[in-house]
Amino acid sequence: MGKTDVATEAHGESTGLVFHPLDQFKVTPLFGDGPVAFYTITNATLWMAIAVLCVIAVFVLGSRGRALVPSRSQSIAELFYGFIYKMVEDVTGHDGVKYFPYIFTAFLFIFFANFLGLLPLSFTPTSHIAVTAVLGFGVFFIVTIIGFVKNGVHFLGLFWMSDAPLALRPIIAVIEVISYFVRPVSHSIRLAGNITAGHAMIKVFAGFAAIAAVAPAAVVAISAAYALEVLVAGIQAYVFTILTCIYLKDALHPAH
Amino acid sequence: MTDTTTEAAHTAADAANTVADTAHDAAAAVAHGAADVAAHGAEAGGAAMPQLDPSTFSNQIFWLLVTLVVIYFVLSRIALPRISAVLAERSGTISNDIAAAEELKVRAVEAEAAYDKALADARTEAARIVAEAKAAIQADLDAEIAKADAAIAAKTAESEKAIAEIRANALTSVTEVAKDTAAAVIEALGGAADAAAVDAAVAAQMKG
Repeated sequence: MGKTDVATEAHGESTGLVFHPLDQFKVTPLFGDGPVAFYTITNATLWMAIAVLCVIAVFVLGSRGRALVPSRSQSIAELFYGFIYKMVEDVTGHDGVKYFPYIFTAFLFIFFANFLGLLPLSFTPTSHIAVTAVLGFGVFFIVTIIGFVKNGVHFLGLFWMSDAPLALRPIIAVIEVISYFVRPVSHSIRLAGNITAGHAMIKVFAGFAAIAAVAPAAVVAISAAYALEVLVAGIQAYVFTILTCIYLKDALHPAH
Repeated sequence: MTDTTTEAAHTAADAANTVADTAHDAAAAVAHGAADVAAHGAEAGGAAMPQLDPSTFSNQIFWLLVTLVVIYFVLSRIALPRISAVLAERSGTISNDIAAAEELKVRAVEAEAAYDKALADARTEAARIVAEAKAAIQADLDAEIAKADAAIAAKTAESEKAIAEIRANALTSVTEVAKDTAAAVIEALGGAADAAAVDAAVAAQMKG
């Protein structure tokens, strides 16, 4: 009863101040109005598909000319390629380069999903913990498997600080193990949290814009928050990718 | 008796049914209401985050995996080989061009050295020609000077000879004049001029 009252109250104000900051994260079927099964084409599907189209546009159509002196779109594709390739090579070393296509795939998905999510009325797949957790735990499991396949038992050396005092090593090992297992959680929540918070913040400011008195301030705040979100969209894609590279480096070269 | 019992049982069963139905309806209504409230709450910006709604997880995960697989194949089959080929070709072309430029530079340096050498050769040649010309001129000059000197010397000798002749003539003349004068003076004084004595006296004077 109490809850209903609160809800009605909130609704009662709908002529003035309305906050629906989380509505933009709803996953809804694109066609029809049924339950969301795993194969249902939803807004999440749509925006992931648009991200794929963007990747194809930049990397397939853009590099179509194969020009020695690149066109603008080819330069963009080469810029992405060079940036991530250099990151992988610098962080993981030369033997990490063969994982570059996988890392590049993750980077491009996050990058385009983040930026497409900044379009008004769009949906941001990377704001959902279900998506980022698949990415984060995917990286975690793949990296762990690579670590054991490449190094066998020596991979556990990652947790054993051979240059620490002997008495401290077991304690450090426990901490290292805990931090290792927290990695995928922080890895995925960092991305979803940043994107969700930014989008919700913009929506809250947008709610204030309905009041004439504070509308100019709200518009300024939206612009500022939007600029910040553009930054965050790029930085979070970068952070996710470089952390993936660092985890991969740990798996390839576990010795401290 | 049996009928009554059966009837009673029926009535009881009916009653039970009704109760059950009512209970069911009530439960359904409550559930419905709760769902409504929940939906309402979510709509009003309540606590329900769509991110935490597990009913959409499978959908998102499925489409995410599809997306990642599509992106991976587009990249690994088409885009990455293409871009890496272009980059390799470009770096090859650039290093070739740099090598060609190096070679041209070496050639330019060689050409400059050849030019400098030619210039230096020309300079020495010119200097040599100048020196030769100078030597030839000097030789000519020397010969001419020697000739001139010889001519001058001959002229001088001739002149000296003439002067000596003139001087000798003059001396003889002086002696004669002295003799004549002496004889005349002696005569004027009334003496007799002894030619021999006058000659001796004049000769003695001329020596002294």
